[in-house]
Amino acid sequence: MSGPVDGAIAAIEHVVKAPIWDCRMCGQCVLHSTGMTCPMTCPKTLRNGPCGGVREDGSCEVEPQMQCVWVKAHHRAEHLPLLPKSWRLHIRDLRPPVDNSLKGTSSWVNLLTRRDQQTPPGWLGVAAPHS
Amino acid sequence: MTTPRARLAALARSRHRPIVTAECPSADGGTVEDLHTRLATIAPFVDAVNVTDNPAAHAHASNVAMAIALSQRGIEPIMQIVCRDKNRIAIQADIAGASMFGVVNFSALTGDDVTAGDEPQARRVFDLDGPQLVSCLAGMKAGTYLSGRTFSTPGDFFIGCVENPGAPPLDYRADRALLKVNAGAQMVQLQISYRPEQLEAFMAACVANGVAERAIVLPSVCLTKGAKALGFMNDKVPGISVPADSIDRVAEADDQAEEAYLLVRDLTAHALALPGVAGIHITDFRHDGSLQRLTEELHIGPRFDTTSDRSDPTSELKEHHAHNS
Repeated sequence: MSGPVDGAIAAIEHVVKAPIWDCRMCGQCVLHSTGMTCPMTCPKTLRNGPCGGVREDGSCEVEPQMQCVWVKAHHRAEHLPLLPKSWRLHIRDLRPPVDNSLKGTSSWVNLLTRRDQQTPPGWLGVAAPHS
Repeated sequence: MTTPRARLAALARSRHRPIVTAECPSADGGTVEDLHTRLATIAPFVDAVNVTDNPAAHAHASNVAMAIALSQRGIEPIMQIVCRDKNRIAIQADIAGASMFGVVNFSALTGDDVTAGDEPQARRVFDLDGPQLVSCLAGMKAGTYLSGRTFSTPGDFFIGCVENPGAPPLDYRADRALLKVNAGAQMVQLQISYRPEQLEAFMAACVANGVAERAIVLPSVCLTKGAKALGFMNDKVPGISVPADSIDRVAEADDQAEEAYLLVRDLTAHALALPGVAGIHITDFRHDGSLQRLTEELHIGPRFDTTSDRSDPTSELKEHHAHNS
């Protein structure tokens, strides 16, 4: 993504999403599948659930003053009002590795162009063969 | 060079007795010979040995070097890989390199944060996360790097992961294990747990969702010298909590070291009796023969394998080749 129009859309997206979700402009938004909780605000930027370091009270291993992003995501995926049921279930999906080349671009544009659906050619997701 | 025996994969298939794995001590200098001297109190009593990857974000001799060192002496390593220190290119290179030396068991971890270590100024990477690394390993097992470029494994990979039955959100932990099994994990080693009720709940969920059947689940215990070490783990190690009554039990005993051992023996016996548990993972911080004592008193590990053909490493090798052909 490049050019003045895309740049302007990215700027608008940032203005809208940063105050609400602390958006980090990864360019491949998964908010709908994570209980409207941005996984890029996890200090380890984990996209697939909480690490094993979550403290007993549900706070973050790295920043104890903060609730674990994934504890919050799980709670919200179950309890947030108005969330479509399919979105609630998406929290169990395996999200692919972050495409770092999309950082700073508009996830809205990437959604429309389906650019955010591209995964590495060797990525199996959960379709791994079992022995 | 000894050919890898793939004992772990064979045991995961047969499950004819509890599987025993142990943690390899970290190396900060010394030679491979020194390492094997230290392993002499561990390796003969277990089926495979975890080589860690800069545990608690402290630099040590690398996971790749340690895995090769074990493999070349016929000790089966489980090479742990954390996501904290390297990006996807470097991690795949490590896997490819280790596999050239016969390493077949890999375990994917997120990894403690850099702030848990002695170099908190370091840059954290986390280019992949734990479940993504499992899938990446499954891709290499199937014959490609993440990029799609061809990779051929000389041995059939056995893919492990970890889960913490004691970290919030508790009711999601078995689901996360399932996510990793769906991505290709064949083994789930658990974080050390001092709370039997949490382990029971986690295992019941793993039986219900199929994880315990599709992968070997190994709870972990940790041999320590006394109450001080238990307190340290409770206070300093991310993701581990030790109940006050367990610490008191050890602190108030006449013989702290003995009571600390008995606490672990109780936890181990409890874990092994739970439905769905395939074995146990042991971390030994005592280095006084307690690991051997534990395996002997509970009759677990390769020395208590009643199936005669299993105790002959060459039969496992044959089985491994038969499985691959």
